[in-house]
Amino acid sequence: MAFEVPKTAYSGRIKEIKLGSGDKAVIVGGETCYPLYLFEGEMPHPPRIAMEVWDMPPQEWAPAALEPFEGVTDDPVAWAKKCIDDYGAEMLCLQLVSTDPNGLDRGADEAAEVVKKVADAVTVPLIVWGTANLDKDTEVLRKVAELCQGKNLIIGPLEEGDHKKIGAAAIGYHQTVVASTPIDINLAKQLNILLGNLGVPDEMIIVDPTVSCIGYGIEYCYSVMERMRMAGLTQQDEKLQFPLICNISKEAWKTKEVHIPTEAEPKLGDAKKRGILLEAMSAMVLILAGGDVIVMRHPEAIKLVQEMIAELTAK
Amino acid sequence: MALTGIEIFKLLPKTNCKDCGEPTCLAFAMKLAAAKAELSACPHVSEEAKTKLTEAAAPPIIPVTIGAGDRALKVGGETVMFRHEKRFENPPGLALLISDDMADAEVDKRLKKFKELEYERIGLVLKPDLVALKSASGDKAKFEALVNKVKQSTDSGLILMSDSPDVIAAGLNACADRKPLLYAATEENQEKMAELAKTNSCPLAVKAANVEKLAELTAKLAEAGIKEMVIDSGSRKLRQAFEDQVIIRSAALAKKFRPLGFPTIVFPGEMTDDPLKEAVIASIFVAKYGGIIVLSDFQGESLFPLLVERLNIYTDPQRPLATTEGIYEIGSPGENSPVLITSNFSLTYFIVSGEIETSRVPSYLLVKDTEGLSVMTAWAAGKFVADAIAPFVKKCGIADKVSHRKLIIPGYAASESGGLEEELPDWEIQVGPREGSHIPAYLKSWQP
Repeated sequence: MAFEVPKTAYSGRIKEIKLGSGDKAVIVGGETCYPLYLFEGEMPHPPRIAMEVWDMPPQEWAPAALEPFEGVTDDPVAWAKKCIDDYGAEMLCLQLVSTDPNGLDRGADEAAEVVKKVADAVTVPLIVWGTANLDKDTEVLRKVAELCQGKNLIIGPLEEGDHKKIGAAAIGYHQTVVASTPIDINLAKQLNILLGNLGVPDEMIIVDPTVSCIGYGIEYCYSVMERMRMAGLTQQDEKLQFPLICNISKEAWKTKEVHIPTEAEPKLGDAKKRGILLEAMSAMVLILAGGDVIVMRHPEAIKLVQEMIAELTAK
Repeated sequence: MALTGIEIFKLLPKTNCKDCGEPTCLAFAMKLAAAKAELSACPHVSEEAKTKLTEAAAPPIIPVTIGAGDRALKVGGETVMFRHEKRFENPPGLALLISDDMADAEVDKRLKKFKELEYERIGLVLKPDLVALKSASGDKAKFEALVNKVKQSTDSGLILMSDSPDVIAAGLNACADRKPLLYAATEENQEKMAELAKTNSCPLAVKAANVEKLAELTAKLAEAGIKEMVIDSGSRKLRQAFEDQVIIRSAALAKKFRPLGFPTIVFPGEMTDDPLKEAVIASIFVAKYGGIIVLSDFQGESLFPLLVERLNIYTDPQRPLATTEGIYEIGSPGENSPVLITSNFSLTYFIVSGEIETSRVPSYLLVKDTEGLSVMTAWAAGKFVADAIAPFVKKCGIADKVSHRKLIIPGYAASESGGLEEELPDWEIQVGPREGSHIPAYLKSWQP
């Protein structure tokens, strides 16, 4: 029996989108095969990592996550610069935690000013992530879109309930949108169609399937993402051919397991390394399922994942 | 791949003798194809047909058992490329490497770790499966002594690793009854290794320089009568090793290519010297088709997430994991602590208990058996409604643990509050948040 390398029959291609502007703009998407199946097709742009920045000092972070950002967590601009200068961030994700109505509930104008300051201070692509509260995100992200006109930000999450108002602002001020749905391939497709109907061009949409980390339901998003790639690449489903973004850092670092000190549970090993690995492994699993942009926190976890991507795409 | 009824019919005697109990050979063939009859019911079938039919009925990726008794491990037997197509069947075995050039103290330390690093999660015990014993010295006596020592320390399955059939034979002296995996038959030593595997009825690992050579070698060994094999495509570069896993799985499933229809074995520790990188590489092979993953060492910080990832990826997508019904105490609650109730979908439980923990408000969490459904689905299915919740609250014994009578129900079950107040007249029903992430804020302002 002669051996012949089997090949999947692909008929589609993931759309290419450009994030940010200028020299530091990043292109993602363009795959013609399953993630990293480079013997079957092309992955012209490797998955990218966006480093997370908060717009307020984090209260509940594990010491291991806080340590690399000591001294800058009360200043989003300094934090963003540190990510770029010290940790080589290619993209940033500013999480607008302060706007949470169940938390600090900072107003839209003030929040947008902070975004503007960060956007003016950096040249890498900037993702701006709200709190998934429909009313508040509408208010905040519309303001952000307006104030940062010309920056080609990536703003989200846009959900079915707020996609029209935020989507209209994104079109008006030329910002890319994150189309977000709760771990469901049909809802994701539907929102992509709705955004298309609204007039958001395909090259300005990146899809958030809603992700969770190892131990907290990663198998659900893993399979939904795999199904999206299958539909987009082998079943010519054009509305599922968008690049995927995974905001995983906040999920990984809020788990019970990363907050247990080394001494409290020796069987779980070193607390710092445990947190780093939980984040890195979760990110890796999501890349295998089709993630194009992964939002991450710990510089060492990022380095691990970047080394994996380099090795998996090595010539 | 199973044969069709017509294909089976061609292999039958076609005499319509009715000895099998069916009116015609064709009818019998149809029943065979539908797995509603056994070939042994036909007394006249030729040996040749028997072999062909048995071969055709074999699974595309052969299941292989390593070890004996309770801790025997089954790997392989996979039927799909993507878990959502059906499910992944047998989780990859995680193995700890012990080498005969390690000092006694190091060997003891590793054996201790192998035993102690177990974790309980949703009523399951997650633990590593295999010990891989490597002859680094090439000394037969030394290897046999190590195997003997390890065998007495654990009931787990073993992997014997050496290129030399003589060293493997020495290891087998100590543990043949434990049906270890023999690693590995290569182009050079295959005849002797095959002999050892056959005489001792042990599974045989096969290693070659690349996938093609591997297929040639397994074909040869299959001809020599070896059935249970575990395959190593030889690559220690991550990209090639990853692609080999995918190629092997799809050749076996999509092309029914028998020579690659076996579980694989991978060695992340031979691809890097950095323990953290090794762990992340292992996580790739958990998701993408590793059959056995040998780790150069175990550390809690990497073994734990790997075991949990394996549990997640190998969860049957059609059967959600459920948590046991009962009262869960989070952060040493007392008689004035809040009482919350939720469903027993394990993900719901993890999220809710995690958020309660984040709030740092010691609480009682009542987990109601909803057959693994989430709150909304269980509510819609009538399993998380007043008639079902009230009897559970009464009999679970929470009333003896708290002095107040306030029960917090999930926001998505708010419509049950009226019914519950009728069923539980002593209790005040409070409607909690809809989203888990709002639980901390809710609990922080809660008063008994």
